[in-house]
Amino acid sequence: MNARELVIDVSGVVKRFGNKTVVNGIDLKVERGEIYGFLGPNGSGKTTFIRMLCGLLTPDAGSGTCLGFDVLRQQAEIRRQVGYMTQRFSYYEDLTIAENLDFIARVYAVPDRREAVARSLERLGLQNRRRQLAGELSGGWKQRLALAACLIHSPRLLLLDEPTAGVDPKARRDFWEEIHDLAAEGLTVLITTHYMDEAERCHRLGYLAYGELLTRGTVSEVVASAGLTTWSVSGPDLHHLARRLRGREGVEQVVAFGNTLHVSGRNATLLEAAIAAERDARHEWARVRSGLEDVFISLMSGSRDNFT
Amino acid sequence: MSSNRFASYRLWALVVKEFIQMWRDRVTFGMMVGIPLMQLMLFGFAINSDPRHLPTAIRNADMGPFARTLVAALQNSDYFQVTTVTATEEETQRLLQLGKVQFVINIPVDFSRRLLRGLSPNVLVETDATDPSAVGPAVSTLRALAGKVLDHDLKGPLAALRDSVAPVNFQVHAHYNPENNTQYNIVPGLMGVVLTMTMVVITSLVITRERERGTMENLLATPVRPVEVMLGKIVPYIVVGYIQLTLILLAARYIFDVPLAGSLSLLYGVAFLFIAANLAMGITFSTLARNQLQAVQMAFFFFLPSILLSGFMFPFRGMPEWAQWLGTCLPLTHFLRMVRGILLKGNGLVEIAPELWPLLLFFVVALAIGIKRYRQTLD
Ligand SMILES: Nc1ncnc2c1ncn2[C@@H]1O[C@H](COP(=O)(O)OP(=O)(O)OP(=O)(O)O)[C@@H](O)[C@H]1O
Ligand SMILES: [Mg+2]
Repeated sequence: MNARELVIDVSGVVKRFGNKTVVNGIDLKVERGEIYGFLGPNGSGKTTFIRMLCGLLTPDAGSGTCLGFDVLRQQAEIRRQVGYMTQRFSYYEDLTIAENLDFIARVYAVPDRREAVARSLERLGLQNRRRQLAGELSGGWKQRLALAACLIHSPRLLLLDEPTAGVDPKARRDFWEEIHDLAAEGLTVLITTHYMDEAERCHRLGYLAYGELLTRGTVSEVVASAGLTTWSVSGPDLHHLARRLRGREGVEQVVAFGNTLHVSGRNATLLEAAIAAERDARHEWARVRSGLEDVFISLMSGSRDNFT
Repeated sequence: MSSNRFASYRLWALVVKEFIQMWRDRVTFGMMVGIPLMQLMLFGFAINSDPRHLPTAIRNADMGPFARTLVAALQNSDYFQVTTVTATEEETQRLLQLGKVQFVINIPVDFSRRLLRGLSPNVLVETDATDPSAVGPAVSTLRALAGKVLDHDLKGPLAALRDSVAPVNFQVHAHYNPENNTQYNIVPGLMGVVLTMTMVVITSLVITRERERGTMENLLATPVRPVEVMLGKIVPYIVVGYIQLTLILLAARYIFDVPLAGSLSLLYGVAFLFIAANLAMGITFSTLARNQLQAVQMAFFFFLPSILLSGFMFPFRGMPEWAQWLGTCLPLTHFLRMVRGILLKGNGLVEIAPELWPLLLFFVVALAIGIKRYRQTLD
């Protein structure tokens, strides 16, 4: 790991709003070319942390570097080489797509501006919508515009805050392909998402709750560290079965996935005992590998309330 | 930090963007052009009032007791307050031109002699009529005074003089606006009012709007510097300010026949400082306001005293002292004096200089607060 260049290397980052600590001592190292997924429930501090990385918020404590520049003092240099896609669409709705891109390209002094704008329009399949006002675009198209805009100055680090919220599956797949291509070229990406399939596409993950990074690692590391045993069950009347299971010792969570239930717990013996009590001929039980979703739901219900 | 210096290409990017947005927002754009015209129509009629204690210069060439009685009577009428007693005409003309006095009362050398002969001596009253509503009531008082002012002094053998038509004959000579045409006063004043209104309101909105729509987050994440953001907002609106100024000048000249006595380039020059002062005020509001509604409220909080206390709505000298003091702090007050001075009196740079530095001071203070308060982060 030491051999590789660290694009984000911060430690002990703290942010308070009033007397509420929103980010509580986060350490994070992200290597060049890595796609790092940031997960966590609403209000856990993901957006706040990203804003501190690009100098939009001043950390109350902590230190480190981003792209080799000091996070606290060299914010101007960082901004020049970072592409930040905000959670909420933040381009100008009263400008057309082309005008928005042109504005950003001017601000970053992109060489061959016109060509760069044309190229980015083409790459995102937006050429024939270039004269459309950004405000008139559908949610998914707005996201694509935002991605195009934050890529136009060829940043070295992409900070994407829920870039695919409200985007259709095909567009999401295209988007992830694009992200992987860019990462292969050496672009580093820090991305927040609430979608599990997207989390699985990241090289590494960090799970944030209540301002703290609770779990981190590759997908399999995260799943393994949760120590969760999961059984799946299918058959009739799952609704009542779920209700009965929830009351039993050892059953920590029961989650419906279409026509099956996932029943999980950290203590495998207790869990199996509980399941044995409910087994009958009508239902088919199978032990399955815990998925990321099982793990995250378990983590979320275990963490304190993020809104208080 | 060398890499973080002001960059004109970024300012240009912001200016272009602002112009496009301005052009797209047809309603606002239309208002910026329509407001001057609408205001002209609204304020085209007179607003009257009854100001007193108007500064008056007396040039008394006759030191006799009758002349003294006359001066005392003028003072007692409440309308005139003798601030200067002088001997030369040069001095009185200068005072009028600078607006230091509203009236000059010239008592001729043969005042007593003619009076005693029953020849109704002439007293020349010169007025600064750029603001007709300020002089009107005072002039009426003069006419009433003429008949009875000397009644007390004219006794014994002189009592007969009392009965002559009027022992004293006031000749009123209105300077600058001889027809006492209120539009002459209102229309140049509107220039300042319209500029204040649009400049402060619009700029206080444009930055708050970026924050409210969330685009500020994006802007702050780019290398754009605060001073570039501010200038990027100011430059397009200076252009708008000049368009409004020109519209009003055209209307003044061709609709209201206001004489344009002074130098237009001087007017355009001082307007720059005035527009900048108002923009700085708007920017400052936008750094204080949390949302657009607050920004508009702040702008109106500033606009109302401007329109009421600057001498636009009511004659400045008719206001109580505290109001005059407040009015003196407002840029519009000084701009109004300059515009009226330039357009109606043909004032030059020397005459308007005393009104320039308060504007400059206001601009510097407002901008300093704005820059200090501008949040470079989302904290
Ligand atoms: N400017 C602010 N002032 C006060 N509190 C804030 C501010 N910004 C965020 N917070 C609080 O900080 C906490 C973390 O917010 P943040 O936006 O970082 O969460 P998040 O992880 O991005 O959530 P989501 O998944 O919903 O986007 C929330 O409780 C929020 O209310
Ligand atoms: Mg967020």
